[in-house]
Amino acid sequence: MLQTRNLGKQFVLHLQGGLRIPVLEHVDLEVHAGSCVVLVGPSGAGKSTLLRSLYGNYRADGGQILVRHDGETVDIATAPPRTVVQVRARTLGYVSQFLRVVPRVPALDIVAEAARGLSPEAARARAAELLLRLNIPPRLHALPPATFSGGEQQRINLARGFIGGHPILLLDEPTASLDNANRDIVIAMIREAKAAGTAIVGIVHDTAVRDAVADRLYHVSPLQDAA
Amino acid sequence: MTNETLLSARGLSLSFGAIPALVDVDADLWPGEVLAVVGESGSGKSTLLNVLSGRLRQQDGVVWYRDPEGRLHDVHAMPQPALRALHRSDWGFVHQNPRENLRMSVSAGGNVGERLMAQGSRHYGNIREAAIDWLRQVEIDADRVDDLPRTFSGGMLQRLQIARTLVTHPRLVFMDEPTGGLDVSVQARLLDLIRSLVRRLDIAVVLVTHDLSVARLLAHRIMVMQRGRVVESGLTDQVLDDPHHAYTQLLVSSVLQA
Repeated sequence: MLQTRNLGKQFVLHLQGGLRIPVLEHVDLEVHAGSCVVLVGPSGAGKSTLLRSLYGNYRADGGQILVRHDGETVDIATAPPRTVVQVRARTLGYVSQFLRVVPRVPALDIVAEAARGLSPEAARARAAELLLRLNIPPRLHALPPATFSGGEQQRINLARGFIGGHPILLLDEPTASLDNANRDIVIAMIREAKAAGTAIVGIVHDTAVRDAVADRLYHVSPLQDAA
Repeated sequence: MTNETLLSARGLSLSFGAIPALVDVDADLWPGEVLAVVGESGSGKSTLLNVLSGRLRQQDGVVWYRDPEGRLHDVHAMPQPALRALHRSDWGFVHQNPRENLRMSVSAGGNVGERLMAQGSRHYGNIREAAIDWLRQVEIDADRVDDLPRTFSGGMLQRLQIARTLVTHPRLVFMDEPTGGLDVSVQARLLDLIRSLVRRLDIAVVLVTHDLSVARLLAHRIMVMQRGRVVESGLTDQVLDDPHHAYTQLLVSSVLQA
């Protein structure tokens, strides 16, 4: 479903005199349908950079990111922006750590909007169902999530990420701000997605969650800083 | 996914005296897509919008528009009446200052209905009904339909301008700082409105803004301009989260975190 070949990424900070910070080199990662690969490595090793590169949020400098999209193979590293928009709409889902939305939109709409192939009514019903499952009570559904707690916002993000049923799902610390009860629900949701054939790449620090969902670990090691 | 662009510009250049406003600018827009043009004041972004929409003539380069029948038109070679007809029907223009677009001596409903009449609608009842429907869509109470725009707040005027622009179901809308000059609370409401209308009606938009967060929330793709040149372009979140050009890095790092 998802494969990187010799993926590389560095940052060039023009405001710091063109400082070069290489983060990823020769990353070869392969994720199959129905399996979950968890990225591990010390803080700062480049796990988030890798995950963001897979989504096209960061631009890879070298190598390929091959994604199975609508029966064809697309290289996220070189695809034109509009193709990446299409791949994200239908194939590649992402759950970020932070919720970034138009300030006034209610939680339910934020989640319903991310649904695919459902009528607006069906999307709202499905969104409500997911929010309830994630213990977001109905009285919060009509409110914009700006005032929600960190854990509540994270669960809105999770509902938004899972409602689309994308064939590939990227998860950045999906359980970081959750209590144990909600953590277990997310583990169940990840397992169900895997059973439905979803390919998952995640960053998960919580070892209990990692053990519960990971089929394989991928080690990301820090590179030496080049001058 | 169609591969045919709705609007396509190649090699646009324009100088005001010694000041280059546009330097060899290329741009493409596909149906249903929102393209943001960002940069500081004087970067040429509003000039680009005016040239793309045929309101201003470039010194070099060409802008092609593809009509619903698939025919290409050189925007600056079109006869004036044809270009005006395009601006009244298939295209819309949302100004930062709604007073530039609205007729302040005509009622709110009249402002919306006028564009329909310019398109040939004659049935008064239908026009009024459409006007009220659009006021509702931009969240203006139907009982304000006969009020003059000067009794409206700034945010309401902007929403009225949007209703007037969208009533003819344009395929392409040019927006110049549509949320500029409004209170933040009003801005959020307007952003949400623009976003949902654009999505629901499948409108293509060229959006000029100096506000990177507006670009992030509305645009699929982004172009960053500096001194008349496009210095960086691409997927909106990628350009903002992983800027490559020195100027984009400066822009992104200069935003105050609220």
